[in-house]
Amino acid sequence: MSHTGPPVVSVHPSRAMVDEAFKVQVENLPPGSPVTLHSLHQSEDKDYWEAFGHYVSDHRGTVSVADDLSCGGTYTGKEAMGLLWSMRPVPGSREGLRLRKLNVCIPQLVNISVYSGHVGGGFREQDPLASALTERWYMAPGVRRIDIKEKGVRGTLFIPHGPGPFPGLLDMWGGGGGLLEYRAALLASHGYASMALEYFNPAEVNTAELELNYFETAFNIVRDHPQVMSDRVGLFGLSLGSIVSISLAALSSVVKPCCCVCISGNHTHARGGTIGGVFNEFFKNLHKVRMDENKYEIWRGMGLPIPDDISQKVDVGKISCPILLVNGDDDQNWPTVECAEDMAQMMRAAGNEHLLTRLEYPDAGHLIEPPYSPHFRATKFIKDGQKVILLWGGTTKPHSDAQEDSWKKILAFLQQNMYSSSGPRAKL
Amino acid sequence: MSMKPLCVKLSVQPSRGLVDEKFTVLVQNLLPGFQLTVHALHQCEDGHSWEAFAHYTADATGTVNVSQDPSLDGTYSGVEPMGLLWSLRPVPGSKSGLRMRKKNVQTPMVVTISVYQGHQMEGFLDRVLLASVVVERWYMAPGVRRVPITDGKLTATLFLPSGPGPFPGLLDLWGNGGKLVEYRAALLASHGIASMALDYLTPQITKETGKIVDNDYFETAYRVLEQHPQILGSRIAMLGLSFGTSVTLRMAVYSQVVKLSCAVCISGSHVQPIGGSVEEILSYFKKNADKTRFDENKQVICRDLLLPIPTDPSLKVDMGRLQCPLMLVVGEDDQNWPTYECAMDMKEMMERAGNSHLLTVLSYKNAGHLIEPPFMPFARASTFKTVTNPPTKVMVLWGGELVAHSRAQEEAWRKTLVFLRENLYGSMKHGA
Repeated sequence: MSHTGPPVVSVHPSRAMVDEAFKVQVENLPPGSPVTLHSLHQSEDKDYWEAFGHYVSDHRGTVSVADDLSCGGTYTGKEAMGLLWSMRPVPGSREGLRLRKLNVCIPQLVNISVYSGHVGGGFREQDPLASALTERWYMAPGVRRIDIKEKGVRGTLFIPHGPGPFPGLLDMWGGGGGLLEYRAALLASHGYASMALEYFNPAEVNTAELELNYFETAFNIVRDHPQVMSDRVGLFGLSLGSIVSISLAALSSVVKPCCCVCISGNHTHARGGTIGGVFNEFFKNLHKVRMDENKYEIWRGMGLPIPDDISQKVDVGKISCPILLVNGDDDQNWPTVECAEDMAQMMRAAGNEHLLTRLEYPDAGHLIEPPYSPHFRATKFIKDGQKVILLWGGTTKPHSDAQEDSWKKILAFLQQNMYSSSGPRAKL
Repeated sequence: MSMKPLCVKLSVQPSRGLVDEKFTVLVQNLLPGFQLTVHALHQCEDGHSWEAFAHYTADATGTVNVSQDPSLDGTYSGVEPMGLLWSLRPVPGSKSGLRMRKKNVQTPMVVTISVYQGHQMEGFLDRVLLASVVVERWYMAPGVRRVPITDGKLTATLFLPSGPGPFPGLLDLWGNGGKLVEYRAALLASHGIASMALDYLTPQITKETGKIVDNDYFETAYRVLEQHPQILGSRIAMLGLSFGTSVTLRMAVYSQVVKLSCAVCISGSHVQPIGGSVEEILSYFKKNADKTRFDENKQVICRDLLLPIPTDPSLKVDMGRLQCPLMLVVGEDDQNWPTYECAMDMKEMMERAGNSHLLTVLSYKNAGHLIEPPFMPFARASTFKTVTNPPTKVMVLWGGELVAHSRAQEEAWRKTLVFLRENLYGSMKHGA
């Protein structure tokens, strides 16, 4: 019989929101023993994602991921959350995978295990010393999920628990289309009645006819909800969703957003066009698409040079609410940082630059998601009915830092502009 | 001055926690000096509503932090991070003698924490509600597996911790109320101990045969643990409360089959006719039934049934023969069993025999009989259905005073976990 019992892995908290940090500890190991901490998640698509770090237990036989240094694996250094953000598809997986939760009513399950020695692979073929299951949630208890299908608008509204009324958000993803609820669910868990909007399907012809009034109708559905403060409804977008947000903020006479958060967006599309037309406009510049060594498509050239002709750009000088732009300078999908610089110049000339806050992150890519999400450098995309792989850019560690930092600042921006009793203020 | 509802921000971290984990309740964006009431509401499985509340005043930064600021008044006062849970009591108009016990451990206990304007003592439903959040409290950590056990004619539920194992094991016994009570075993499994909750007074076999089980029933339960592929047969403990202690001590000292790494006995006694059956222990207690007393509220006080502590060695478990570490947890205001007196007698027996180094006694002033996992509501008395034939419903006085008993539960649980970990996991010092 051994002198000490088996090692124990603990994750605290064992049930957490996806944007909450956790502490992973292993105890009861022999002192000074090399071990590997491993995370494993099976996605809704049945793909496996994993991350791992190499550690050595201290004199008490303990490893604390939040305090100790990983000396190898999918992340190194002192990284409390490395087992989540450095996850990638296991060897042998299909190419170009992206991890996105579809059913937000149940948690994401991650298994954290400890293996003997410094292991670099083949985790499925060996038994761990111990493991613990942890739950990561997009929805806080009490948040309500409501299907929206009215006035031609399709979406899902998430309402925080409580008497309300709450500030509202219209949440829009990008050109991949579909209805992705996870960010809206998370925002509702922070106190914002948020509607994830379905508005784009690259395979559908009628998407091209999509005009501003679809979004105005959607915005008003949020604004008119009995539990929403009608004068505190904002816009939240990524990529194409940001283009929509910037356009609405500048052009709409119907909707007056309280504030806008625009991740990886741009203002460079011809005035007078439809939203769907924006996407199709890209294809006029297909010759500017480059391929990298893996044949992944780099689209950022399509956005350069930034036109001088103002008729080719949204009139951002007309924006009258605080706007936060979040971009990565290694964005390979669009020259978003250059666009942000151009927007700043236009707003300076128009006298509304005080409304603008820019966050730019070195070596971050296009898909700046909620914190601790894995980094998606290149993933599958449907372009013109075809499956291609787009290069989004970014290097994992700086991109993950950007996700963590930007989310904190986004929440602070929203809090200040939507919850503060002194009303909306521009700068963070 | 009224507060715009929009501004007040209420958060409880973690929003989903284990029942023995602390949470932080934070209210922000208030005006400095603002008076508010923090309120907790829970509807238990029986449909009864329980509530707790406390009055706070926002500080200069417009914040109330329940973990750091004092409650001025309410169901608790002073700085009490978890007061909103342990001071929960049935809402006005409820039946008397209620006790909160979770039956379905696979779903969380749901508590709504709310903030009301002003200092309210009652009538919350018609006051200005500023903010509200929902909090889940779980008995089972993610990955813990619940396995019903019927092998060997047992009526039991085994809870296996998350992971491949193997794990140390534990046999979990409640008291005279009988039935299969799972929540403590589920919680212990959430702390890495494969725990089996055992129904030994009202199991299926007793319902079928009419006979109370005997020693071999417990030895069978021990064997099921010992032989389980995911349990370390050489690291098994027993934990008993009230009558469960009587069984635990008997097994620990006299059984040839049961070899324990350690034992925890809460609110129990070593007084029993040794060598007799379990049924004979129950009859022995009944023999002194005329010593039952009643307090001014007609609540039943049973502590005298076992007093005075006998000097006849055939009426006490021979504690000098105990060979494993033992932790005794007793409340000095126990009105149901004379547990403090018994603990002192056990200590004396062990000192005389020379094995008192195995003994740890946790004794709590103003704590009562029902020393349970922490942060659960306190019942100084509750209705109790005896397992006699026919069963009778009485109002039993358990004893204890709200604050002292709640503190005792918190400390006793923490020390119990450390004790179990040290003895079952070897030289482990810290826990999750």
